[in-house]
Amino acid sequence: MRRLRALLIKEFIQMRRDRLTFAMMIGLPIVQLLVFGFAINTDVKHLPTAVYDQSMQQDSRDFLAALTASEYFDITEVAKSHEEINAAVESGRTKVGVVIPPDFAENLKHGRSATVQVIVDASDSMAASSAISAAQLVGQMKSQEIMLKKLQGVSGKKIETPLDVRIRPWYNPDFVTAFYMVPGILGIVLTMTMVMITSMAIVRERERGTLEQLIVTPLKTWELMLGKIIPYIVVGYVQATVALLVGIVVFDLPVRGSLGLLYLLTSWFIIASLALGVLISTLAKTQMQAMQMSFFIFLPSVLLSGFMFPRESMPLFFNWLGNLLPLTFYLQILRGIILKGVGMSVLWTQILALTVFIAVTLAIAIKKFQKKIA
Amino acid sequence: MIALENIVKKYGPTVAVDGVSLTVAQGEIFGLVGPDGAGKTSIIRILTGILAPTAGRLSVLGAANPEDVKDRLGYVPQKFSLYGDLTVMENIRVLGALYGQGAAEIEQRAAAILAFTNLLPFKDRLADNLSGGMKQKLALAAGLMHRPQLFFLDEPTTGVDPVSRREFWQMLYRLNKEGTTVFVSTPYMDEAELCTRVAFMHNGRIVACDSPQGLRRAYPHKVLELATAEKSIKNLLAGCRLLDINPFGDKYHLVADDAAAATAEVGAALAAVGVPVASLAEVPPTLEDVFVALASEVA
Amino acid sequence: MYAVETTGLTRKFGDFTAVDNVSLHIRQGSIYGFLGPNGSGKTTVIRMLCGLLAPTAGGGRVLGLDIAADSEAIKHQIGYMSQKFSLYDDLTVDENLAFYAGMYSLPREREQERIAAMLALAGLEKRRRELVAGLSGGWKQRLALGCSILHNPPILFLDEPTGGVDPKSRRLFWDIIYDLSRQGTTVMVTTHFMDEAEHCDEIGFIFEGTLLTSDSPTNLKKSLPGSLLAIPTPEPMALLAELEAGGRPYLDVYPFGASLHVLAAPDKVDAFAAYRPAVIPPSLEDIFVYLVKSHRKEAVA
Repeated sequence: MRRLRALLIKEFIQMRRDRLTFAMMIGLPIVQLLVFGFAINTDVKHLPTAVYDQSMQQDSRDFLAALTASEYFDITEVAKSHEEINAAVESGRTKVGVVIPPDFAENLKHGRSATVQVIVDASDSMAASSAISAAQLVGQMKSQEIMLKKLQGVSGKKIETPLDVRIRPWYNPDFVTAFYMVPGILGIVLTMTMVMITSMAIVRERERGTLEQLIVTPLKTWELMLGKIIPYIVVGYVQATVALLVGIVVFDLPVRGSLGLLYLLTSWFIIASLALGVLISTLAKTQMQAMQMSFFIFLPSVLLSGFMFPRESMPLFFNWLGNLLPLTFYLQILRGIILKGVGMSVLWTQILALTVFIAVTLAIAIKKFQKKIA
Repeated sequence: MIALENIVKKYGPTVAVDGVSLTVAQGEIFGLVGPDGAGKTSIIRILTGILAPTAGRLSVLGAANPEDVKDRLGYVPQKFSLYGDLTVMENIRVLGALYGQGAAEIEQRAAAILAFTNLLPFKDRLADNLSGGMKQKLALAAGLMHRPQLFFLDEPTTGVDPVSRREFWQMLYRLNKEGTTVFVSTPYMDEAELCTRVAFMHNGRIVACDSPQGLRRAYPHKVLELATAEKSIKNLLAGCRLLDINPFGDKYHLVADDAAAATAEVGAALAAVGVPVASLAEVPPTLEDVFVALASEVA
Repeated sequence: MYAVETTGLTRKFGDFTAVDNVSLHIRQGSIYGFLGPNGSGKTTVIRMLCGLLAPTAGGGRVLGLDIAADSEAIKHQIGYMSQKFSLYDDLTVDENLAFYAGMYSLPREREQERIAAMLALAGLEKRRRELVAGLSGGWKQRLALGCSILHNPPILFLDEPTGGVDPKSRRLFWDIIYDLSRQGTTVMVTTHFMDEAEHCDEIGFIFEGTLLTSDSPTNLKKSLPGSLLAIPTPEPMALLAELEAGGRPYLDVYPFGASLHVLAAPDKVDAFAAYRPAVIPPSLEDIFVYLVKSHRKEAVA
């Protein structure tokens, strides 16, 4: 106990002296949240749009007005030919080109279906899919409106549409990207600091030769590991708190579930990440190697955990690979508690997965770290 | 060949080199002596153009910027900085090519240098598999590929076995006889004796600079050499008028101002407690005595 | 009773044999000097004795405890100081000492007493609140020693303890070591500075992983086959070239500080009379030069 205490005191003194690293640990979640939260917005709005209106009638103007009103399209260019439209999209001046054929109004008037050609620059897939769905939506709304008008005109009385399909997005009704991102970033920042900083802290002692000195003292392996893990659990909680505060204050993140449960389960993830950091430190000989290995964990965590891309659409192999990462389960816990407000009854599989991960990783780390230097 | 004037080098708040002035003439073996952290490496790096001084003026082979005369300088850094995963010959070829030598010229020069450094039998061995002494010889060989006029060596023999160390110095000596000026740093006092001139560095300053004989002449005290099996003589001689007591190999060097008086006092003090004395006599000071005195003077 | 005993201690790293069949016997309470150039295997032997490395073959005992089976028990009994002076640069002198006191679980009242003693030993009483990063080599070295003997170990392993410190600090350090030895501590110390080891009770010479010899300095000096002559000269290198060219009957000749050392068969001493040599007792460095050269001849033969 004396030894563990001495080790903890030492770690905290060193942490206090190394102001830069400490500032990084606190600043990182703030910066990451602001950058990801504001800059990465998966709904792409205000796409520059070129229009070639060959019809030039009230109906076509109505349609264009509806496009603009959707906020997805900003008409920045009015083209006079197909060539001009093509040139606008090809040159990248606009992301979208809309061509309204000459018979647009005529077709509508006679109850025939009217076509509008929407050219989308699909090299930017995010913008393209946004534009396509928005254009379809506007088209549907417009045609419904026209149908209604026509029917009313024929029968002379007000008619209800036979079918009213409405989509109700649960948990995040306004599709606010930040709500989805904030829990993700919290997980990513914790992964980064917990894995990288612990592994580097241990390897630094190896490089400086102080680890050699520790090994010749009666210090036990588990004491050394605990001594390295406990201080960073504290750091992890500080980071989680900072990230949640930023999420709530800046992005109005609603926390629907129990905050207490969130904090409790966060320790599972922090310990899992620290265990991974300790394992890396037993393999790496230099801080450089430790950093590289941390990135080896970090990148798949970003890509495969469901942070950026939905795991459901991944090929089976990668989906399965994602199941080896603690972040995958922690993200499910975070989003579950914050956005859905679910509790233990739903999250127990994730908790079990993290528990297994911690047990296996720590067992390997302790086995590898046999208080020997080579 | 070399002139330094008030050179200062700071790393943040740390002053590594604190106003160093010195000159080195053609044909010298100039030794820079001092403990680790005294500033030796910084001086050599400034002279080879690897490091820019914070203040001061320098001239190396007539140039203010060593960069301009690099093709005439040779440098063996303290840390082995050749490729461990290449063979002796491959390392030599790489170095030769870096100095723009043609293949035929490299082969010819390499044969001569490897013979000179006794590395010929090992020319196909990976550098990693050489002993410490042989690695330093390889570094020397590589540094000689372009026939430098002025050769810098930063602690080339630290930790090398005594036999290889001596072989290494014999090579430096032969090189010097062939006309190369040598500037070498070392922590070993016995190697300092082999230089034509020696500068003692301590805490970034040069505290003395002269030929080994000159330094010994300037030593202001007398040295008595005491041979005895007794280990705690420091306490036994506490009452004698001695300036310092230092173990010297298996003997002790006692520093005093009056040699005859001190001899009598020490003899009496040891006889009084019955410690047998094998020998006690005045000896000429060694460079180590000189350095110990200089180091305690500044400290 | 031996404090350290090894038999056939061997350590390989891949194909490379760092330590080859080393058998050591270190008497309790003695100072054992383990001498050899860098890379000769000194550090590897010490690391195996301290339980930092497992031997590939052979084994040994430290204070009667087996280095393989009882390495954890050994750790309570030993002090170890490595060439890197394993201190925390970002902690103060006091904090470093307190940390290592914690590592050895010293009781509170003893901790204060031992820390005070170590501060006095290192001469650091006035700098106890300074960060280690700002200390010079000599201070760091003595503080590192203080940290490694806080728990008063009966045996102390010192691995190149005097690297990077000035001659004055080196001497101060050795004075401390002699004091510890007089109080009964067994000390095993490695160094590549031959002159430092002259006061050791016994010397082991290690070269390329092999223990060349192990004996008291007095006996080692008797082992030299011939007389050692010292020829004082202001230009040892020039005289060396002259002698090498002259075909005089020497067994060996090499520069030694401001003189030339000539090893000659006792009946050939007169052949050098013209240089006015002095017959001198050999130093450890002379012995090592001789041993390394004979070892090389054997290796070639």
